[in-house]
Amino acid sequence: MTADAFLDIRNLKIGVSVREPGKPARDITIVESVSTTLAKGKVLGLIGESGAGKSTIGLSSLAYGRGGVEITGGEVFVNGRDILTLNRQGLNQLRGREVCYVSQSAAAGFNPAHRLIDQVIEATLEHGLATKAEAEARAVDLFKALSLPDPENIGSRYPHQVSGGQLQRVMTAMALCPQPDLIVFDEPTTALDVTTQIDVLAAIKNAIRLTGVAALYITHDLAVVAQVADEIMVLRNGKKVEHGSTQQIIEAPQEDYTKALVSVRSITHAAQDQTETPLISMQNIVAGYGKGPKVLHDVSVDIFAGQTLAVVGESGSGKSTLARVLTGLLPASSGQITFEGRTLTPVQANRPVDDLRDIQMIYQMADTAMNPRQTVATIIGRPLEFYFGVKGKERDKQVAALLEKIELPADTAKRYPAELSGGQKQRVCIARALAANPKVIICDEVTSALDPLVADGILKLLLDLQARENVAYLFITHDIATVRAIADSIAVMHLGKLARYGSKSDVLAPPFDDYTDLLLSSVPEMKIGWLEGVTAARKMEGAGN
Amino acid sequence: MSLALKLIAQRISLGILMLFAVSILIFVGTQILPGDVAQSILGQSATPESLANLRAELGLNEPAITRYFAWLAGIATGDLGTALTSGQSVSEAIGLRLGNTLFLATVAAVMSVPTAILLGLIAVRFKNRWPDKMISGATLACISLPEFFIGYLLILVFGVKLGWFPTVATVYEGMPFGDRLQAVVLPAVTLTLVVLAHMMRMTRAAILNVMQSAYIETAELKGLAAFKIIWKHALPNAVSPVVNVVMLNLAYLIVGVVVVEVIFVYPGMGQYLVDHVAKRDVPVVQACGLVFAAIYIGLNLVADIVSVLSNPRLRHPK
Repeated sequence: MTADAFLDIRNLKIGVSVREPGKPARDITIVESVSTTLAKGKVLGLIGESGAGKSTIGLSSLAYGRGGVEITGGEVFVNGRDILTLNRQGLNQLRGREVCYVSQSAAAGFNPAHRLIDQVIEATLEHGLATKAEAEARAVDLFKALSLPDPENIGSRYPHQVSGGQLQRVMTAMALCPQPDLIVFDEPTTALDVTTQIDVLAAIKNAIRLTGVAALYITHDLAVVAQVADEIMVLRNGKKVEHGSTQQIIEAPQEDYTKALVSVRSITHAAQDQTETPLISMQNIVAGYGKGPKVLHDVSVDIFAGQTLAVVGESGSGKSTLARVLTGLLPASSGQITFEGRTLTPVQANRPVDDLRDIQMIYQMADTAMNPRQTVATIIGRPLEFYFGVKGKERDKQVAALLEKIELPADTAKRYPAELSGGQKQRVCIARALAANPKVIICDEVTSALDPLVADGILKLLLDLQARENVAYLFITHDIATVRAIADSIAVMHLGKLARYGSKSDVLAPPFDDYTDLLLSSVPEMKIGWLEGVTAARKMEGAGN
Repeated sequence: MSLALKLIAQRISLGILMLFAVSILIFVGTQILPGDVAQSILGQSATPESLANLRAELGLNEPAITRYFAWLAGIATGDLGTALTSGQSVSEAIGLRLGNTLFLATVAAVMSVPTAILLGLIAVRFKNRWPDKMISGATLACISLPEFFIGYLLILVFGVKLGWFPTVATVYEGMPFGDRLQAVVLPAVTLTLVVLAHMMRMTRAAILNVMQSAYIETAELKGLAAFKIIWKHALPNAVSPVVNVVMLNLAYLIVGVVVVEVIFVYPGMGQYLVDHVAKRDVPVVQACGLVFAAIYIGLNLVADIVSVLSNPRLRHPK
């Protein structure tokens, strides 16, 4: 342990005891023998896919196990003492004083019943680190440092009264207020839109620099962590894969797994030219929910046979609503949909069965889109029975053929969704959509819940299937990289309107409109110094205007 | 604030509307009841002429609609009618009885509500450990015993054997507060034991539900003491379900205490109502029904209003 390393994790082992009815309790190892040290004022990025154990390691520096998670071995030294041996009183002295925590969802992490300022200064007061007036003054300074609007008064608001990006910054202020030695940032920008993420990221980086606090920065996004971390530790299945300086990890990764993470999104897809007549033409669509304000304003897009229209936008831009209008679940209040040259009935319930069959859907959460009590054969077989009346042996044969198409082994048919991994579940959902032999499949954020490498596999599969089956995709996503990878034409949506629409090469080539420019320049690049570059460029522009 | 005010105004008007509906139900219900007041006053040997005379005198021959609105108009001016059996003003008799009932209910509420919430908090703090199990077990045992059994048991132990409290809860007008309090201790304890379990378990369940929230983890990672987390971060978000069950139990303390009143010979509303149902004294039954309904609706209204006010989203709209 070096003299200035105040956090020293040695051979950390973390496990969870799983108890299923009728079976003896099983111990599952989450983290295996991970060691690391952190010096004052340094930022260590913990990166890995879901299940890598990165959050679990982060929380171990607060000696906290979420759910039934237990630290089963090793030592965690903070400021020279092993915190795993502390009792509850000792831990309360550590937490919120020496080590603070920023969670992924500030919206859930703040108590809805109390004003922000009271929550921000709570730990500082609890540990007697300042008087109330001092703590409040400190909080206001932090709000300023994190570029929150109206720093003097924002604290008197309740959590529901500020936006998600602001709340995440307030939570950072809450962690900084007791002036701890270490802050654990657990995916602090993952739940945010990309244009919000860049502001929060810049604010967090600035606050770290100003206060000199050390940080563990946990994320699954290598491009994000490259902007804030001095060092990066790559984790996989609870084991350390590689640990090095940020520069080394990004520019000269040693391990194959790290190389795969760095080079993810290697898919390329040459955009096809648009044919004469579109398969589906949505014209001047206006739609809204109930008596509320309209969510879509005069949106017109075309989908061509065998091609992909990517609809990209942030939360609330109306992209999922567009899909609901196409499926007929939400009839448009004006505008019309032409399908193969004829007008499509607006309401789903009134559409002929063949129209229903021709438009299929794949969802973001494959988990909730399947009945957990049905086998894969039943799930995929259902559209075969419903649309084509295929039953018995013939059905099983077709299910097997579909499983082959989605590159899953034939015995998957007998399994239940719970026995499949996230990527496999999404593949089953794709097979279910394909079973109807549709002309268009609506893909609503189908890769958002998946780890990057798994998502890549799904995108490759979708492209292969498109080439073979000549199916069109309406691909909804917030991820520009995905759009680049698979789109033929792109619709950029902002506040329910089309900000930009056209072929991929047109949309992604300058000159850009303001919003598309903001959106594209906000996507983190796997390059050190990218964040500074963009924020500096924006400041220049702001000054120029 | 405007949204919260609008919601509260809505609840109050709904409450008033409900009271009207209940008044109709009560009136219609008492009309359908079998039996004849005149007959029960004069007895089986009364002649048809005297029965007819008495009916005319009591106004029983008027059409129902007329009698309903006359009744309603009376209520509006605070006149609940005259008891057929005694000829006394119902308002006066009820006023006395209601005062006694409210006094007993208040004492029971002051004893039971803080105890129930405190026990709930302790149960949460020591979840699945012996204090939690003991509290759950004891309160469940109390609710499982019939109230007359608890009542007589208390009388036997504290009234007869130890002699600490009177065995009969007699109160009278102008009784000093201290004596009055001592008189109602045993019935109040009986009632407390009956309502404790329900409120305590609801408090426990509601707070445990809140304890799953991410902001509880935030509080824990701030290094707050366990009880402070429950008190400051969990309880304020569990107010709505807790208040609802507390109000239901308070309503029970006022309108459901007939058995306890009978055991302790306490001159409250319940006994008064039961007596006059037996005598078919319609104005008294109607008046008691209406008072009970008003209390029930009023307490639930309070629960609704507290729920609205405890929601920061409604108190402080964007």
